[in-house]
Amino acid sequence: MTLLEFRDLRVDYASSEGIVPAVRGVTITVEAGETLGIAGESGCGKTTLASAVLRLLPDSAQVRGEILLDGVDILTMKWGTLRAVRWSQAAIVFQGALHALNPVQRIGDQIAEPIRLHQSVPEKQIKSRVGELLTQVGLPASRAKSYPHQLSGGQRQRVMIAMALACKPALIIADEPTTALDVMVQAQVLDLLTGLVRDASTGPDGGMGMILISHDLGVLGTTCDRIAVMYAGQIVESGPALEIFDNPKHPYTRALAAAFPRIGDPEARYSPTGLPGDPPFPGDLPTGCAFHPRCPIAVDTCRQGAPELVQVAPHRMAACFKVGS
Amino acid sequence: MSISAQRRRRGLAQFANSFRRDRTGMTGLVILAIFIATAILAPILIPDEALDVTKADGGRFESPSFSYPLGTDEVGRSILLMLAWGTRISLTVGLAATLISMVIGTTFGIMAGHFRGVGSQALVGVTDWFLVIPFLPLAIVLATVLGPSTLNLIIVIGITSWAGTARLIRAQTLSIEGRPYLERSKALGAGNWYQMSRHVLPNVFPLVLANTTLTVAIVILSETTLSFLGLGDPGAPSWGALLDRAFSSGAVSRGAWWYVLPPGICVVLVVLAFTLVGRAMERIVDPRRAS
Amino acid sequence: MLRAFITLAFVVIFNFFLFRMLPGDPIGLYARGRNQDPEQLVELRRALNKPLLEQFLTYLRNPFDSTIDSTRFSRPVWEMIGERLWPTLLLLGTAILLASIIGIWIGIRAGWKPGGRFDRLSTGSTLILYSMPEFWLGMMLLIVFAAGAFGIPGMFPVGGISTPGVDTSSPMGWLNVLWHLVLPCTTLVLIYLADYALVMRSSLIDERKQEYLTLARAKGLRDAMVRKRHAVPNALLPTVTLIFLSLGFVVTGAITVETVFSWPGLGLLTYEALRGPDIPLLQAIFLMFSIAVIVANLIAELLYVAFDPRVRS
Repeated sequence: MTLLEFRDLRVDYASSEGIVPAVRGVTITVEAGETLGIAGESGCGKTTLASAVLRLLPDSAQVRGEILLDGVDILTMKWGTLRAVRWSQAAIVFQGALHALNPVQRIGDQIAEPIRLHQSVPEKQIKSRVGELLTQVGLPASRAKSYPHQLSGGQRQRVMIAMALACKPALIIADEPTTALDVMVQAQVLDLLTGLVRDASTGPDGGMGMILISHDLGVLGTTCDRIAVMYAGQIVESGPALEIFDNPKHPYTRALAAAFPRIGDPEARYSPTGLPGDPPFPGDLPTGCAFHPRCPIAVDTCRQGAPELVQVAPHRMAACFKVGS
Repeated sequence: MSISAQRRRRGLAQFANSFRRDRTGMTGLVILAIFIATAILAPILIPDEALDVTKADGGRFESPSFSYPLGTDEVGRSILLMLAWGTRISLTVGLAATLISMVIGTTFGIMAGHFRGVGSQALVGVTDWFLVIPFLPLAIVLATVLGPSTLNLIIVIGITSWAGTARLIRAQTLSIEGRPYLERSKALGAGNWYQMSRHVLPNVFPLVLANTTLTVAIVILSETTLSFLGLGDPGAPSWGALLDRAFSSGAVSRGAWWYVLPPGICVVLVVLAFTLVGRAMERIVDPRRAS
Repeated sequence: MLRAFITLAFVVIFNFFLFRMLPGDPIGLYARGRNQDPEQLVELRRALNKPLLEQFLTYLRNPFDSTIDSTRFSRPVWEMIGERLWPTLLLLGTAILLASIIGIWIGIRAGWKPGGRFDRLSTGSTLILYSMPEFWLGMMLLIVFAAGAFGIPGMFPVGGISTPGVDTSSPMGWLNVLWHLVLPCTTLVLIYLADYALVMRSSLIDERKQEYLTLARAKGLRDAMVRKRHAVPNALLPTVTLIFLSLGFVVTGAITVETVFSWPGLGLLTYEALRGPDIPLLQAIFLMFSIAVIVANLIAELLYVAFDPRVRS
């Protein structure tokens, strides 16, 4: 069953330098119970894509296309309906939990807030529900009385996860959930998140889907079912996670895979083999294939026309003239 | 022309361009131009006897008429002419006191930011003290000791209003001190004076300029307040002194609004104009701070 | 706490030396234009001819010496200040309370939608109020609402704290004081709220960029709740602190506005001392105001500790 579907999603930001396209026609689905990884460097549009799901983009963003959540287009929803959908059907784990949590509110109140808002749970049970959620993410229930600054980075990220699970949503969007943490804690938090989502997926109601966003292809390769690689606002390659990681087709994916080896090898994180060059500024994209200035195998065709995303193997899509030829 | 001079000229042209596009800033500038022209032309346009009590030819507290567009004061002088003359005094005091305040504030700020150790801490301590102590009681005490005169008024306002500038400049200096070119200059053995005058000052200067404009606004308000309390030169009809005389001569209970309203409007316009220009400059020089 | 104490120490030292470092004859300044008791003058001169250090030590032992008399009113200065304290507290307390409620409300509405119609209107008006000498606003209010100009009947008294002969301890007396309070209080409220609204507006604008507001929206809270539950509590902290830190600015308003409305508080006392000049009284008032401001600064720090969980632990 299809949980979420992007249909030719395009997002432009209006800025003083003119229109800046951040997402340029993304079409992809997330099935119930499935974890989709989205990989790419910063500025490739992956965070914009994630924020678009709950219409959390700033006013300067113009969004076109369709985002179907359980078959209903989010972009044409009325505000009241949208507010009801937010968090109860799709919840977000933000990347920097220090800034994403309200600094002057106890974390128990922050976790309870969406429960009070979306579910008619008697006030007495809310406290025990918050305690349950905290225990689930490996924190003592007494932590509900703490303020965000009293927790460590890893604990704060656990609180974010507890909060995302509070209303048992059908979809969880985790945007770089572990980037701000150190390597050991990263692995723990990631295991916790994927574990909880998998447990929820074995339930009778079709299962929880997740979009996991990261610049680290190694992390995605081991935790996701499928991966989509984004470059300059477009998907350049997609397919089953392990296949993508072990046998990348697109030259950009190949570079990413080399830059971020499999997790569990902390040394390699600090000495990436490196991605030559910088990602292009979205407001000033090169002609043809946006990747061609950094591409080691680019030919003249790549400078002239942009390649379409086409099937290159069973379940595998790629947008490159040189793949399959 | 040297490269740095060229760069500076290009920067200035860019600044002027951005400023021209700022509507509120330009409005302020136009208002200021009118007042400055009045101040400069006042001695040419206004005959000396207009301000002379013995030669006043109007009646007491006359309401506005054709020959006295803004009415007369308690001895029959034209309020319009006194107001024009007051522009000269208020602006002079405002600019002179600001100059003193900026010199002290910038010097203290740069030194407190550049040097380390006990001396710098002492400078910060003095600045904090001036920030905490309430302005008006301090100014009153100083002005009483020095005696009422225009020069003393300028000195008193100058030495009571520099602390905010010093704090701002110190913060800015500290951030510049960490930049690589200053490190390099230090490594090459540049002296303190050279570092401060050639590297720090040119970099804090745009901010000093924006801050100066905002300071003039506050200083003119202070001048008005102190003159109203009788701490300025009794013979110089600044706007604050005019309000003082209106108050002590009973213009308020007589309902002589033409004596009270115009000086206040002038103060509001000039202070507002300086504030608008200063805020516009701040928006251009330091967009982050001005949000 | 230590800093507050050091600041106070410097006020006391400054206060002592300022009036002794004068060029010329300090006695002349003390006695300027007034008939002084010759015995008192001799006594003063004898005290001033002692070595500076000895004078300072005497002064330090008792800067609040209850026997120091005002040269103008020939009464102990601290007794006079004690009498004038209550009217000032009544006026400033009411004005600050009203101004912070209204100012914060305006700041919230303007800062939540910066650039909107309400914001442009309120920021424009607050900038004009900010540019206004408070005593001038007071004079204009007097002309319009008390002096009977423009055909408007004088609804409010021209000055004072109560009508002479009215017993201010009776309920009718309270109403009479309230009636006298309206115009000076309105003046100060208008001037102070401009400052408070600008501060609240800019701290709310700072909060608007914070990510926890995006989280609150993602949770499905309506806009008003995001503002009320998340943005405002965070923006209030710096605002309330700044209100306490701005007491120095409040004092300025009190001196001139009390003068205009003949409100018998510390501000009017300052004006009266100035007209002398009554040096012992001025010294005591300066000390008094400085202490008030230093204490307010201390309260601001304590408030921050009390209300911000980040500082508390």
